Amino acid sequence: MIETLLLYLFAGTALAAAALMIVLRHPMRVALALIGCMLSLAGVYALLGVHVIAIFQVLIYVGAVMVFMVYAIMLLDVGDRSYMQRFSRLLWPGVGALVVLLAILAHGVWTSLPEPTLAAAGKLFALNEFSVAFLNEYWLHFELVSVLLVAAVVAALAVLQVGRRPHG
Amino acid sequence: MDKLQFLIAVSMALFALGLLGVIVRRNVLIMLMCMELMLNGVNLSLVAFAQQTASTAGAVLVLLIFVVATAEIAVAIPIVLLLVRRKHAMDLDAYADLKG
Repeated sequence: MIETLLLYLFAGTALAAAALMIVLRHPMRVALALIGCMLSLAGVYALLGVHVIAIFQVLIYVGAVMVFMVYAIMLLDVGDRSYMQRFSRLLWPGVGALVVLLAILAHGVWTSLPEPTLAAAGKLFALNEFSVAFLNEYWLHFELVSVLLVAAVVAALAVLQVGRRPHG
Repeated sequence: MDKLQFLIAVSMALFALGLLGVIVRRNVLIMLMCMELMLNGVNLSLVAFAQQTASTAGAVLVLLIFVVATAEIAVAIPIVLLLVRRKHAMDLDAYADLKG
């Protein structure tokens, strides 16, 4: 009972923080709202019993990605007042697209949701079992991901190198 | 409404709000953050389905999405830095001359 209440609480907080991201003006406040949304989602994952994802949500998303983002905001925020205008000209087309997308998604998902199975998923996603299954079955994906990260680092360095050239 | 339906509804709402943010906001960094919100919505649906069907594949895919999101930010932030250094504006309307 208390778990269900907490699940609704965390999901509601995540939705409220996501809605705040649309209406807040300053990028730093938007970043803080996004951090709140990600932390609530980590709570949802933990309540679902998928602890590995909850841990990595906090470590990678909040700890790495959002810290990077906050640093970028602090670097770029000098004297730029463009955030005072919140929305672009596309506000009403955007809202219309949102309504259409939600209607299509809701129709598509609700007509094809799988029957909930009552399997014991709690044991499956415990840290030990999940790690063993991950590195036994998905070791190739794991290695490919490290290649992707190296490519991303090289790409970031290359982008900065282009910026250093006088007319590059 | 059972738990799976609720979680899928939340994930759809997160994805739609992120898409709305990408479309309607003007600031480049806020648009990037809204893209992260879209990824988070997808992650929630993957976790919900993985937990309901008791398979590890969905959770592994979420971990891979984490890495892709990190790589995306690592490449996107330097691009934004270069753009802002060139035009001194974070407003996307300042880059209207990029259109063909």
